[in-house]
Amino acid sequence: MKILVCVTSVPDTTTKITFTDNNTKLNKAGVTFITGPYDDYALARAVELKEKAGGTVTVLNVGGADAEPVIRKCLAIGADEAIRVNAEPTDAYFVAEQIAAVAKDASYDLILMGRESIDYNGGQVHGIVAELLGLPSISPVMVLNVDGNTAKITREIEGGKEEIEAKLPLVLGCQEPIAEWKIPNMRGIMTARTKPLKVVEPVADEQLTAVSRYELPAPRGTVKMIPANEAEKLIQLLHTEAKVI
Amino acid sequence: MSVLIFVELDEGKLKKSSQEAIFYGAKVAEMTGTTATAIAVGQADESELATAGRFGATKVLHARDTRLNEPNGMAYATVVAAAAQQEGSTVVVLAKSSLADAMTARLAGKLKAGLAANVIELPDLGNGFVVKSSIYTGKAFAYNELKAGIKILAIKKNTITPEETDTTAPVDSFSPALNDSDFVISVKSTEKATGDILLPEADLVVSAGRGMKGPENWGLVEDLAQALHAATACSKPVSDLDWRPHHEHVGQTGIKISPNLYIACGISGAIQHLAGVNSSKVIVVINKDADAPFFKSADYGIVGDVFEVLPRLTAAVKAL
Repeated sequence: MKILVCVTSVPDTTTKITFTDNNTKLNKAGVTFITGPYDDYALARAVELKEKAGGTVTVLNVGGADAEPVIRKCLAIGADEAIRVNAEPTDAYFVAEQIAAVAKDASYDLILMGRESIDYNGGQVHGIVAELLGLPSISPVMVLNVDGNTAKITREIEGGKEEIEAKLPLVLGCQEPIAEWKIPNMRGIMTARTKPLKVVEPVADEQLTAVSRYELPAPRGTVKMIPANEAEKLIQLLHTEAKVI
Repeated sequence: MSVLIFVELDEGKLKKSSQEAIFYGAKVAEMTGTTATAIAVGQADESELATAGRFGATKVLHARDTRLNEPNGMAYATVVAAAAQQEGSTVVVLAKSSLADAMTARLAGKLKAGLAANVIELPDLGNGFVVKSSIYTGKAFAYNELKAGIKILAIKKNTITPEETDTTAPVDSFSPALNDSDFVISVKSTEKATGDILLPEADLVVSAGRGMKGPENWGLVEDLAQALHAATACSKPVSDLDWRPHHEHVGQTGIKISPNLYIACGISGAIQHLAGVNSSKVIVVINKDADAPFFKSADYGIVGDVFEVLPRLTAAVKAL
C-alpha cells in the first residue's frame, strides 16, 4: 500500500499568537513549530497500516526550508521518504494544487492529512485535493481500517458518527482517536537522517486569496465575581444584564 | 447574478445556522446590488423551504432527485456548483456544519473559487472583497482579500443576527446532471443522538471538565443544560477518559463553538481549551480554584464547588 501523508508545520498549541510588521506577519520569535496535531494522527495511522500490510509512507509538506525539522521528525516516526514543495503555504487552494501535482501520477492508495491545520483551521485542503484528483474525500475520520481494496471508516458528524465503506484510492482528513501519537525513538531519529527528502519547486498559478492583515481579539472586560452562596444571582445577571438567557 | 446560499434542514426544519447564512447572503446581495437565492438539496418540505424568504432569499432552488435523499458532500457540491453556474453566482455562502464542510472544499475545487472559512463578519467591499475570518483556533483574525471571480464564504455561527419578515420565497425544482462518481461512498450506518440540541448549533452551552470527578456526576450538568435548553460539552481530558463522547469535546483539537453563552464547570482553562470557546459571547466560569486561569477569560465567575453551585443554578433557572 502506498500512502501519502501531508503535514503542516504550525505553532505549538500553547503559543501565544502575536504579529509583526504592522500586523501583516506572524511573530515567529520564540515560537516552537510542531507537526500539526491532526496531521500527527494521520501519520501515526499511516505508519501502523504500513507495519501491518507493508508498503511505503511518503510525507509531504508545502513550506519553506524552516519546515524541515518537522519533516525529519515525521521520518523518525516511521515515514520512508519525504517531499517538500518549496513554497509558502499561502492558501488552501494553492496547497491543494501542490499536493495534487505531486500525487497525480504517483498512484497513492491513500492520501491522508489532518482534518485541518491549526493555524488557518480551514479544513479545506483534503477536499480540494480530492476534487482536483477526481477522488472521494472523507473527513473527519476517527477510525480507518483497510481490508484489501476497501477502507472501513468511522466519520464524526454533529452529535454522532457514521460508518462508511469506500474503495481506495481515497483522500482522508483525520482526527483522534484514529491512532495514538507516535514519539520517535533513538533508532528512528538516527535513520531519519539518511532517509530521502526531496525538494521540488511549486506549480505556479494565480493567487485566489491573500491575507491583507491580521488582528488579535479584543481583551474581555474584567470578570464579575459572584459569591458561591449567592450563585442564583448569576442567573439573574445572565437574564437582565448580559441578556443571553 | 445572485448570491447563492446552501441551506440545510434538521428534523424537517430549516437549521438556525442556515437562517443566519440566508440573512448573511441577503445582506451581501444588497451590498452588491443583486438578489439572494437559497438552494436546498434532498428531501424537504416545500412550505418549510419557502420560509427562506423570511430571512431575505428571493428564490429557493430545490434539488430532490431521490439519489440525494442521504446527505452526500460530494454529490451536494456538484448540485450547488451547477446552481452557481445556472444563477451566475459570484458569491456562495454556506454555514459551517459537517455536511457543509464536506462540500465547501469540493465547491472551491470545482469553481476555482477564492475561499474563506470561519468567516465572522460581512465582507468589506471598500477595497476589493475582504472578509474577516477566525484563525489560530480563535486566537487571532485574518482579513482575507478574495481575488477570484467566484468567492465562497463558510460562515461561523453567530456571525450575524438574522431579522425576519413575513415574506415567503417561491420554490423552484432544480434537476442538474449528477455524477455517478459522487455516489461511490456507502454509509453503512449512522449513529446520532436524537432530541438533543446539536452542539455547533446551540445558543447556550453548559460544559464540564475533570472537576466533575466522574461520568456518574454528569446529571448535574445535564440538569442545568436541560433547564436552559442548552447543549452539553466537555473538555479534552473528559473525552479522552471516555466520560463523554468525542463529539462533545470542545477545544483546539475538538469542536470550536461560538454560542451566546458558555458555562464552564470544573474546567481550569488551558490555552487549548480556550481556543475552542473564546468566540463565545458570554463566558461563565465555575471552579473551586480561585487561581484557575479560566477566570481571566471569563465575563462572570463563581469560586465554588460545582456540586453545590450547579443545583442552585438549575433551581434559579427554573424559577425564572
